[in-house]
Amino acid sequence: MTIRMVYFAWVRERIGTGEESVEPPASVVTVADLVDWLAGTSSGHAEAFENRSRLRAAVDQDFVPLDTPIGTAREIAIFPPVTGG
Amino acid sequence: MIHISVQQSPIDIGAEMTRAEVAGAGAVATFTGLVRADDGVGTLELEHYPGATEASLLKVAQGAVERWSLSAAIIVHRVGPMYPGERIVFVAATAAHRSAALEACAYLIDRLKTDAPFWKRETRGVEASWVEARDGDHVAAARWDKPKV
Repeated sequence: MTIRMVYFAWVRERIGTGEESVEPPASVVTVADLVDWLAGTSSGHAEAFENRSRLRAAVDQDFVPLDTPIGTAREIAIFPPVTGG
Repeated sequence: MIHISVQQSPIDIGAEMTRAEVAGAGAVATFTGLVRADDGVGTLELEHYPGATEASLLKVAQGAVERWSLSAAIIVHRVGPMYPGERIVFVAATAAHRSAALEACAYLIDRLKTDAPFWKRETRGVEASWVEARDGDHVAAARWDKPKV
């Protein structure tokens, strides 16, 4: 299953790209599993995902907790807490 | 009437006020957020999550319209680079009476601070840094979760 990953703010900067396509193994069930798996793919990912408590996620553009199952998601976003307005 | 805009261009308050007023009611309350310069910020850049941002703002506006029976809810937010003194966000609530308009206006800005995917990056001299989320924003947003008395 191919998932489009999108990253914002310092997560994007540390990874070095705003989006990528990934094919996680079947053992990846939740967003947190996905973050753990991605952290092993490059030093940039590892640095971006170093502190899980500073990460927020959206599955198919809905904000969700990190323990949410990814199911058949097509797009998953990882980003810092929001600071608009 | 709900109007949402996420835009690079400056916010035209006159045009937005007209939009709020022609919705028809006795009261329009507005809030304008400006880029602060008081701590040496030279520029501010706003990043957002296209698509998800507009959906989040629409949800915030719909929540306000339902809760206070508004005739209009307007949210205009800038993205991209801007300078101190420039308008970064404008919200307006049009209602029959002032209390509903004022409360709904506060709700719109409190909720968008925590619910919409925007990130601020400040530049001071050659140093750039991402603005950290503030606990106070969550406290302000959470007060609207309490049942009304």
